[in-house]
Amino acid sequence: MQPTDTRNNPEYFHKVIDCQYACPAHTPVPEYIRLIAAGRYTDAYMLNWESNVFPGILGRTCDRPCEPACRRGRLEGEEEPVAICRLKRVAADYKEMSKIKAQLPHIPSTKNGKTIALVGAGPASLTVARDLAPLGYTLHLYDEFPRGGGMMRSQIPAFRLPESVLDEEVDYILAMGVVSHFNHYVKSLHELMQVGYDAIFIGTGAPQGRDLSLPGRKEGDTRIHIGVNWLASVAFEHITKIGERVVVIGGGNTAMDCCRTARRLGGKDIKVVVRSPFEEMKASPWEKEDALAEDITILNNHNPLEFICRDGSLQAMTFDRVKAVYDEPEKRHLRSTQEAPVEIPCDDVLIAVGQDAAFPWIERHLGIEFDERTQLPIINPDTFQSTQSKIFFGGDAACGPENIITAVAHGHQAAISIDRYCQGEAVSDRLPPHVNLIHQKMGIHEWRYDSEIAPDERYVVPHEEKDTIMHNRKVEVELGFDRQMAYAEAQRCLNCDVQTIFTENRCIECDACMDICPTHCITFTENGTEEDLRGRLKARADNVTQDLYVSAPLKTQRVMVKDEDVCLHCALCAERCPTAAWDMQQYVYQVTKVQRQQFAPDLIAVDHADS
Amino acid sequence: MTYHLPAFRHPHSPPNSAGHTYRDYEGVISTLCAGCGHDSISAALVQTCYELSIEPHQVAKLSGIGCSSKTPNYFLGYSHGFNAVHGRMPSVATGANLANPNLLYLGVSGDGDTASIGMGQFVHAIRRNLNITYLVENNGCYGLTKGQPSATADHNSPNKSGEINEHISVDLCGLALQLGCGYVARGFSGDKKQLIPLLKGALTYKGFAFVDILSPCVTFNNHAESSKSYDHIRAHAVMMGELDFVPAYEEIVVESAPRKVQRVQLHDGSSVFLYKTGDDDIDLSDATAALNFLRTHIDSGHITTGLLHCNGAGLELHQTLNTSETAFNQLSEKELCPGNQVLQQINHSLSVIR
Ligand SMILES: Cc1cc2nc3c(=O)[nH]c(=O)nc-3n(C[C@H](O)[C@H](O)[C@H](O)COP(=O)(O)OP(=O)(O)OC[C@H]3O[C@@H](n4cnc5c(N)ncnc54)[C@H](O)[C@@H]3O)c2cc1C
Ligand SMILES: Cc1ncc(C[n+]2csc(CCOP(=O)(O)OP(=O)(O)O)c2C)c(N)n1
Ligand code: SF4
Ligand code: SF4
Ligand code: SF4
Ligand SMILES: [Mg+2]
Repeated sequence: MQPTDTRNNPEYFHKVIDCQYACPAHTPVPEYIRLIAAGRYTDAYMLNWESNVFPGILGRTCDRPCEPACRRGRLEGEEEPVAICRLKRVAADYKEMSKIKAQLPHIPSTKNGKTIALVGAGPASLTVARDLAPLGYTLHLYDEFPRGGGMMRSQIPAFRLPESVLDEEVDYILAMGVVSHFNHYVKSLHELMQVGYDAIFIGTGAPQGRDLSLPGRKEGDTRIHIGVNWLASVAFEHITKIGERVVVIGGGNTAMDCCRTARRLGGKDIKVVVRSPFEEMKASPWEKEDALAEDITILNNHNPLEFICRDGSLQAMTFDRVKAVYDEPEKRHLRSTQEAPVEIPCDDVLIAVGQDAAFPWIERHLGIEFDERTQLPIINPDTFQSTQSKIFFGGDAACGPENIITAVAHGHQAAISIDRYCQGEAVSDRLPPHVNLIHQKMGIHEWRYDSEIAPDERYVVPHEEKDTIMHNRKVEVELGFDRQMAYAEAQRCLNCDVQTIFTENRCIECDACMDICPTHCITFTENGTEEDLRGRLKARADNVTQDLYVSAPLKTQRVMVKDEDVCLHCALCAERCPTAAWDMQQYVYQVTKVQRQQFAPDLIAVDHADS
Repeated sequence: MTYHLPAFRHPHSPPNSAGHTYRDYEGVISTLCAGCGHDSISAALVQTCYELSIEPHQVAKLSGIGCSSKTPNYFLGYSHGFNAVHGRMPSVATGANLANPNLLYLGVSGDGDTASIGMGQFVHAIRRNLNITYLVENNGCYGLTKGQPSATADHNSPNKSGEINEHISVDLCGLALQLGCGYVARGFSGDKKQLIPLLKGALTYKGFAFVDILSPCVTFNNHAESSKSYDHIRAHAVMMGELDFVPAYEEIVVESAPRKVQRVQLHDGSSVFLYKTGDDDIDLSDATAALNFLRTHIDSGHITTGLLHCNGAGLELHQTLNTSETAFNQLSEKELCPGNQVLQQINHSLSVIR
């Protein structure tokens, strides 16, 4: 293999930080976890805020793509990923408000003369607003609802995300001088373009809930609801109760929010009916667990057939029993078991079988092209610019239903594009990420980070008493970690951002690092192809998603090969190296943002650039 | 601020045929200097015992005094261990072996422990063909007492502060050959590819198996002028062919390349194969040829590594003495103390001989 080029490829060490790499917004997770362990909650909050804009919200609701990626989950034994998401909430819970206010970016009173329209007040648009406001842009924010937040307000139930948390983080942005046009549904993009905005960002989400056209659908209409519309009506208090027997159709997170909300509005016998087997449901495992804990029944392998109505009112639903069959490992078919249909009596049905982006308000002659199959706008995946150069898309409107953190990541990139576009610069020219390496050695056996690691099970977030949460849909279920639990959970982090850095010309090939490495990451051997090397390292390197770090040839013409897969970042290699050929250095990776210069948090100011 | 060995090991570390994983052969974290050759030897021993599927509780580790003699604490944590007085490991090993011949004896010593204070004990253990694997972790100095030159320090080589060693050095392999040792090898801590087969052969060999392992002392004897430094050894080593160890239970597949190969079968049916790489050609069963080979290369400033001699003919100490093959701890009190009458019989038989 060729020697690994860690110097010119900013992604090499980034990828070693599994969580940060997996986070769509590339939040510097290990750094904020260390700050939490150190009790520096405010700093941890600001570091998050700079990356993902909504730490308090995301610390409760994020889809957490970082956690399945967490190295801890790959370790020996019963280890599970670090509770990255809930630690984020800790930063939000214990931060000092007064200090936060002082650290928010300064908004210039003299504007730069450019005005941008943002359609939809969800996380995507809010992120664009936050990134552009400090640069002097004038921002006009439109939403059909009376308040900002998008689906974070209209869909995510208050028992998962309290209004106060949502308001606080949305208000940080609105207070940047954003001109809001709430209760304003944009009916025509053409008209909006006539206003003369310098650019328009479309972050209207994927608001259209899918329906089920089955026999009886029309007749039972008054008691059959589209899940997302129903949740929005609950959120804005147009709906306050539901029948005792409720059937929820669908197996995703929307279905979980529907059933749990129904439970709080008076539902007693609630059945979530899903076509797929339990393990294959789209809902996150923790959402399913929470629903089950609230006495909700999940019925799997049932395919809806018919709404049964008598005398013009809904009585029941019938289902066909199915079985999952696989032609190929990934290819599932649901086959009827040919048994008699199952009838489930019910008062209300909530349909939660997916949503789509919809653009009835965008005229098709404006130069914005749409993909015929997906009906989504055609956009540049890096710049989020549409085929009409003035119009940018992000969030669910750009790619179909995703999640908040993806909407934020899009928002950051779109903000760069809009800025470049408005300043007359090429939108596709983008600066590389800001990276740095910070030495960690302080003395013999002394590092700036806590390199000691021990087996420890993931801590479970405590819940509010069931009696309390069942009667008030606004009482938050999760209580969050207290400070002690947060500390213990934070200590489970392996500090994957502290990199093992190898300097060939210092190595005397004594093997000390290879001998001490507890997980057999390091091997000195004759070079070969990647496949060959993976098969003959001290421990087989079978996880091909993780890279091999290969040195240039050493004195004996062998190479050092390190399998990054299960490195514990324990620093023993560096401890045992007599010549400091191994060193531990913190890799700082910051995604380029429009306002990078203004926000470099102070902890990153203590860097000693590696020569 | 930490310096401890994490409990985590590789999640897919496979067990060996005895059902043990790598971890079962490890010891506590080493306190030797970072980069010490001795630590590499400990790692090689862990790997060797794991690969040979040795039962850790069937091994007795014995050592004297020195950094090298400390190492038994850093491997085979589930084995028996005895840290003897400086240079006195061979007599403790002899006693242990006579009391229980059923354990695998592993003696770990240093060049000081063996070639200086322990020389007398060492030569007699070889002479008697004690059934033990005897390792010398040879760094040419007394590491533990701050690096004084030892009896294996090369003639005319300077120490760290530039003082020249005026004395002739002892070549322990040469000495072992001279004394009739049946298994004589030299390895280098920095070359596990060669060292591990040497150790496997030694641990399988019945009788005194001696392995002299060059093992740089990074702190006191790894300077540029040292003849026991990593660089010097790498630059001056002459390897006696490539070695392969095939355990008894494995099928033998001899490499097809047209190279000269020698095979020595060990007592338990395992084999050591030696593939010649250079022009030098000595017979593994010919101790005199090995001695000459060593001598010639010492004279030209080279260090010979590899298996020098392997010969399975001699009787080990138990066989010579005709002593109990059952361990004392398996014998009853009556067998161990048969009483006055038996003692009288023995005395009588002795007086008859006289
Ligand atoms: C029930 C449910 C639960 C969810 N739970 C989670 C969760 O726990 N975690 C998570 O990460 N994600 C969750 N999601 C997904 C997440 O809410 C979205 O992916 C995210 O909000 C998308 O952000 P966005 O900025 O693209 O748009 P949105 O948040 O959808 O905001 C778009 C806004 O634009 C408004 N709008 C649309 N068209 C117009 C128009 N023409 N004029 C004016 N306003 C308009 C919409 O009403 C909406 O307020 C959930 C989704 C649903 C349906
Ligand atoms: C009877 C006795 N004499 C002297 C010493 C001091 N002493 C301790 S270790 C050592 C030399 C050890 O050298 P070596 O066996 O080569 O071990 P190394 O530390 O080099 O591995 C000496 C002389 C002692 N411990 N006991
Ligand atoms: S930090 Fe070094 S010693 Fe520790 S697991 Fe990683 S490579 Fe091995
Ligand atoms: S411990 Fe240091 S000098 Fe020794 S092999 Fe490893 S990197 Fe090289
Ligand atoms: S003093 Fe020398 S022999 Fe002893 S531990 Fe240090 S390097 Fe090894
Ligand atoms: Mg020594």
